[in-house]
Amino acid sequence: MPEKQIVLKNCGVIDPRDIATYLDKDGLKALEKARDEMTPEQIIEQLKASGLRGRGGAGFPCGLKWELARGALGDEKYIICNADEGEVGTFKDRYILERDPFTLIEALAIAGYAVGAKRGYVYLRAEYHRLLDLLRGAITQAREKGALSHFDIDIREGAGAYICGEESALMDSIEGKRGEARYKPPFPPTSGLWAKPTIINNVETLMNIPQIILNGADWFNQVGTEQSKGTKVFSISGDVKKPGVYELVMGSQLRELIEGLALAERVKMIQIGGATGRIIPYDMIDAPLAFESILGAGAIIVFDESRDTIDIVHRTLEFLAEESCGKCTPCREGTEVMVEIMEKLYKGEGVERDIITLEQLSQVMMLSSLCGLGQAAPNPVLDSLQHFRNDYESRIK
Amino acid sequence: MSGTQERVPTHGRGKEDLLVLLEEAQSKSGYLSEDIITELAQSVAMSVSDVYGVATFYSFLSTKPLGRNIIRICQSLPCHLKDSRMIIESLEDELGIKPGETTLDGKFSFELANCIGVCDEAPVMLINNDVHGNLTPEKISEILKSYK
Repeated sequence: MPEKQIVLKNCGVIDPRDIATYLDKDGLKALEKARDEMTPEQIIEQLKASGLRGRGGAGFPCGLKWELARGALGDEKYIICNADEGEVGTFKDRYILERDPFTLIEALAIAGYAVGAKRGYVYLRAEYHRLLDLLRGAITQAREKGALSHFDIDIREGAGAYICGEESALMDSIEGKRGEARYKPPFPPTSGLWAKPTIINNVETLMNIPQIILNGADWFNQVGTEQSKGTKVFSISGDVKKPGVYELVMGSQLRELIEGLALAERVKMIQIGGATGRIIPYDMIDAPLAFESILGAGAIIVFDESRDTIDIVHRTLEFLAEESCGKCTPCREGTEVMVEIMEKLYKGEGVERDIITLEQLSQVMMLSSLCGLGQAAPNPVLDSLQHFRNDYESRIK
Repeated sequence: MSGTQERVPTHGRGKEDLLVLLEEAQSKSGYLSEDIITELAQSVAMSVSDVYGVATFYSFLSTKPLGRNIIRICQSLPCHLKDSRMIIESLEDELGIKPGETTLDGKFSFELANCIGVCDEAPVMLINNDVHGNLTPEKISEILKSYK
C-alpha cells in the first residue's frame, strides 16, 4: 500500500510562521464549517463514523472519547493536546509542529466547540522548548483570524519526564505537581484536569480532524484496514540509510517502510513503539502496520545483524528504570531489578535462574503496575526472550 | 530566607502554577536554590518538602548550580546505536568533567538525557535549546567554541 499524505499534507508546503499560507490551503475552512453548519453532536457523529482512533499508541476511538466528554456533567471542560512525545525513537510530532502548527490549532478549536470546552492546553515537552515561539505565534495569528473566539489555547511546558506522556501524569504536571500516574477510573472524559471532564489527544490524532470535517467520514474510512482507518505517521531511526518521518496508509507492510523507504539492509530485529513497544525478528517483517497487528505510536527502530540483543534490551530497561515515576512498587522496583539482571547478562555473568526471574517478574509487573509504563516495561524482555533466547542463554556462565 | 526582593514574582499565581513558577525561577536564577524553594513554598502555601518534591522530579529542573550552558547528550537507543558513547567520551575529554558535573569556570554543565526526539540525526545533543545532530568526535570542539 502506498504512501499517502493526510496528516503531513501541509508539511513543507505552508510557511509555519504565516497563517496566510495556511488559509491558501483551505486553512480554517473546517472550523468554519463545524461552527456554522454543524451541531457538536453532528461533529462527534462524523468523527465516530470516520473510525479515527488515537495515534498516541492506545488506539482509543476518538469520536467516542469526545462523546463521553461532551456528555459528562460539568460547567468547565478541557481539551489537551499531548505534545510530550518522549517515547524512544519518536519524533513525528516534532516534525509536524515545526511545519504545520495551524492544523493542530484548528483541530483544537473544533474539539473545543464539539465538546463544549472553553480552554485548551498544548503540553509541550521541555526538549522542544525551541518550538515555543513558533507555536505561540501560530496561536496568536489564529486568534487574530477569529478562530479562537469561542475557545482559547495555552501552552504548558514539561520539564523533562517521559512519564508525563502518560495522560494522567500529564494532567498532574499541568496542575503543577510531580507527574505521577493516577489511579483509574475515573477516566479523563469524566474527571480529568482539575477533576473536570477532559479529552487528551495526541498531536497526530488531532491533525486528521479538519480534513475529516471537510471531506466527510466516508472519505476517511475508505483508507486503511477494517479496524485501522486513515494513515499513520512513522518515525524511523537506527540502522537505516534514510531515517526520518514517513506517512503510510494503515495496513501497509512493515517491509515497505523499512526496506522500501528507509532502505534498511541485513535487518536482525525491529523495535516498534519505543521502549515499551514490541521487539520482532526480521522474519516477521511482512506484518501489516495496523492496530489489529502491530503499531504503537509509530516509533520504529531498526537493528542490523551486527547488534547485540542483550545490549539493546539492557539500554531500554535502563531508560525505563530512570523514567519510572516511582509511585507504584512493581514498576519502581521491577525495572531496577531487570536492569541489574540485564547488566549481569551483558557482562556474561548471568546464571540459569536469571531468565526465570525475568519471566516471573514480568508477569507481576504486567498484572500489578499502575500505568502503561510498568505494565509494558516487560515487553522488550519477553519479546526478546521469545525470539532471541539463544542470545540470553549464551551469556549464562 | 533572605530579605531581598522576591526572586520569583508569582503575580498572584497559586500552587496550580507551581511547575510554571519553578521553570521561570530556574530560567531567571539558573537553578532552584533552597531560598527560592522556601520562598515559592510560602507564596503558594505549600510545604517546602512538597515544592522540593516537584523540583526534583523533573530532569530539566536543578536544585544545584549549573553552568551558563547546559549540554544534554542523548543516550537513548537510536543515539546509542550511532556511537553516542564516543561522543560522551570526547565531551568528557574536551571539558575535563563527567556527566552530572559543571566545569570550574562555570561555562558548561554536562548531563546525559533520555530521548530528545531528533533520532533522525543521531547522535544528537542539546546545548541549551540548540540541537546539534550527526555528531562526530571531531565536531565537538568546534561546537563548544561557539558558546561563551
